[in-house]
Amino acid sequence: MTILTQLKEQITAQLPKLDMVIGWEQGYDALHATPLFMRAAEDVERLQIGPLSVHNTATYLTGLRNKKVGLVVKGCDSRAVVQLQQEGLIDRENVVVFGFPCDGVADLTKVRRLIGDVGRVEEVETTPTELRLRVDGREEQVAMSDVMADKCRRCQYPNALVHDHFAGKPREPHATSDDYTDVQEFESQSLETRFEHWKSEMSRCIRCYACRNACPMCVCRDHCIAQSRDPHWVTQDDMVREKWMFQVIHAMHLAGRCVECGECQRACPVDIPILALKRKMNKEIKEVFNYDAGVDPQAIPPLLSFQVEEENINERGW
Amino acid sequence: MPALAGKELRIVGFLCNWCSYGGADTAGVGRFSQPTDLRIIRVPCSGRINPLFVAKTLLSGADGVLVSGCHPRDCHYAEGNFYARRRLEVFKRFLPTMGIDPDRFEYTWVSASEGQRWQKVVTTFTEQIHKLGPAPRFGFAHEQNPATAAAC
Repeated sequence: MTILTQLKEQITAQLPKLDMVIGWEQGYDALHATPLFMRAAEDVERLQIGPLSVHNTATYLTGLRNKKVGLVVKGCDSRAVVQLQQEGLIDRENVVVFGFPCDGVADLTKVRRLIGDVGRVEEVETTPTELRLRVDGREEQVAMSDVMADKCRRCQYPNALVHDHFAGKPREPHATSDDYTDVQEFESQSLETRFEHWKSEMSRCIRCYACRNACPMCVCRDHCIAQSRDPHWVTQDDMVREKWMFQVIHAMHLAGRCVECGECQRACPVDIPILALKRKMNKEIKEVFNYDAGVDPQAIPPLLSFQVEEENINERGW
Repeated sequence: MPALAGKELRIVGFLCNWCSYGGADTAGVGRFSQPTDLRIIRVPCSGRINPLFVAKTLLSGADGVLVSGCHPRDCHYAEGNFYARRRLEVFKRFLPTMGIDPDRFEYTWVSASEGQRWQKVVTTFTEQIHKLGPAPRFGFAHEQNPATAAAC
């Protein structure tokens, strides 16, 4: 029995007790998946899992708080569930988690950079090492190793950290530790280069707030300070400074909470590499507080507690 | 334009009402001479300071930001500065990725009686900022947006 059939059976068995189960199905073409809200047994047939199941299903949880929701999760999605539970933003008893071993997802931006904007993809065949796309009658092949999302290469939690049902056998992690070489590499450039990098990247931002809307941890919804007039943190001026300020707000608000699911960067329509900011934040949180977000539902978030004598903070004696 | 164009830089200080603001006052009453680059904003407690205040200040054209509160264990509200310490430390470490020199932002503790210490803090920090020079700027709105620049 494949993992998918087992998963479908588990979902079908639980569905009568739930308002809905969230997973993935094929979207407007074979390459693009879209979230699937299964309410009836026939919906379960459309469920898809695999390298195209890129969305974080946990993003919908806070909006469905009073419903009984089932959730099909990858490892990173499950960390978002843990984090939401830790912060008291969801009721764990209202959520049924279906886990499966995740082999990593494809980064569709990388696919596009590799084969170009090919238009409607008719069929995708996924193997553990390859994606075979059929477009316009011809076949394109891309190696999974070339298009796998960066977050998956360094993924330490491919299996759901919390789950009520698990299909298949848990797999080995893709990596055992995260050394943040990408952050170090970025910081090896001069300050001016870094400043100019963000200035030019942010000039492409169209301020659609897709990064915020896709983020499972951005739970303020209509009360987001980026769109409030009082306090007026960000103006409506079409300026790089305002767009950049929003990214700083997003990164700061995720300090010690970000589970690095990479949804912000994936959702960005102009491909601004904003996950780098959250990576940096997580690196520092790890260094100073030795803390990983979304791993332990009982942990106390580092910025909501303190020690009278901090171990890793040097008081600056002037 | 500042009166001393080219000589003075823009430094913003967020000071807690109970200790550091009092400390700055003590320094003033004691007639200690201090650099005049610092503009002080009084806040109820260092725990009131959202690191985003500092971010917004730096992005809006300040060359340096100084935060000062009560010494740990001396907070008027018992634990405000403990939380502030964690937040501000994380933010300070975040600055390099933003392309901003982390030395443009410092946080420290000065009590209400420490007029001399306040003088030292202001002098040291101002010197530090003068060494770094003016901060990189985003420029005016029309420079930031190529579309509007063409229309100008």
